[in-house]
Amino acid sequence: MTKNIYALLKKDLLLELRQQHTFYGILLYVASTIFVLYLSISKPEADVWNGLFWIIQLFVCVNAVAKSFLQEGKGRMLYFYSIVSPVNFIIAKLIYNIILMLLMSLLSLLLFTILLKDPVDNMLQFIGIVCLGGISLSLVFTLMAAIAAKAQQNAALMAILGFPLIIPQLLLLIRLSKTAFGEIFRQGAVMQIALLLTGLDLMVIVLAIILFPFLWKE
Amino acid sequence: MNKSWWKILGVTLLLYTFTAGFLVKVPYLGNLYESIRNFFFHVPMWFGQITLFSISLGYSIKYLRSQNIKDDIYAMEFAKTGIVFGLLGLSTGAIWATYTWGEPWSNDPKQIAAAIAILIYLAYLVLRGSMTDIDKKARISAVYNIFAYFIYIPLIMILPRMVQSLHPGGLEGAKAGGNPALGGDSLDPSMRLVFWLAVTGWVILGIWITSLKIRLNLLRDKNIINA
Repeated sequence: MTKNIYALLKKDLLLELRQQHTFYGILLYVASTIFVLYLSISKPEADVWNGLFWIIQLFVCVNAVAKSFLQEGKGRMLYFYSIVSPVNFIIAKLIYNIILMLLMSLLSLLLFTILLKDPVDNMLQFIGIVCLGGISLSLVFTLMAAIAAKAQQNAALMAILGFPLIIPQLLLLIRLSKTAFGEIFRQGAVMQIALLLTGLDLMVIVLAIILFPFLWKE
Repeated sequence: MNKSWWKILGVTLLLYTFTAGFLVKVPYLGNLYESIRNFFFHVPMWFGQITLFSISLGYSIKYLRSQNIKDDIYAMEFAKTGIVFGLLGLSTGAIWATYTWGEPWSNDPKQIAAAIAILIYLAYLVLRGSMTDIDKKARISAVYNIFAYFIYIPLIMILPRMVQSLHPGGLEGAKAGGNPALGGDSLDPSMRLVFWLAVTGWVILGIWITSLKIRLNLLRDKNIINA
């Protein structure tokens, strides 16, 4: 099982390395969006910065994750169907998207701190929150991408399905981020939110593993 | 379900709600005054919504196990009625809020959560509309419906209780959390009986509406179902 997952993951990463235009495409998307932000509001306040950061993460995630399923043609899916189990396939996709999204999140954080003013008090803590957020976003959108791809629709449907579902986690992330901006929380509240987010992530993983085999069947 | 006794029961309970609900002696709390009677109409909507979405979840799981297109129709119709209950809950709440909080919409966490829940289930209907193949539509939307329910429950049950809310039962509520307005002594005994009968009545009404729509759908699609 681990061997299969590893092989699938390696295939996705190799594809990424060999078809670098998609990776750079997303990177350019991130960079130009943040540059536009820099031109329009060069020094946003902490609250605005926080809100903008997570909204950008949301859009980056939709673009980064969308292609993971949409790029697989019908013939290739049939091939995967004959050689691996759906559980291995979805786990590989989840891991791959987590890696991709973590990379994108950290890069956009870097661009945010360079271009826009940096209101973050506790950078280490904020990096942790960004990683948690990247994981949460990529997990939910991986499943949504699978659904949208199976419905033979484009990334637009994925956004329609995913946006309402991600709002709860996004609200939690925005609130959690405020702790890194120096806002004082009720005792234990930060830990509570972080644990809740982790719990939601675990739930999404379990649901993806249970539900994906049904999507996979044709 | 074709028996008529439960429909008669539902109508009786709702008639009781509409008479006793307006006549029963209610406590005057804060700035609620007589508007507290909205409790018999606003709160049961959310009980109805949870019940209907839960039944919808049940039929979606059943569909994935049975691949019977009937189960998919059941799941869809229960979700639709759940959305209607959500809209009714939001509007009864907005009317109530106009007189107690001063404005119909004050970005209260529970208002936001309820609105997001409606968006999630509207996305379910959009997803259904985007596919033409009946079996594929049924299977993929069942998967989405199950996933949506597991986001819906934390969204309405956990998140609003972690923050301050104008609703009772928030973080700074009378009992610091717990179920909104249903904590032991926060619900007056005179209201309790009417309230639970009202909840039962509204839930039965929701199921009745859904069952009518399901029968209509089954008749319309009978060629597909029997094929």
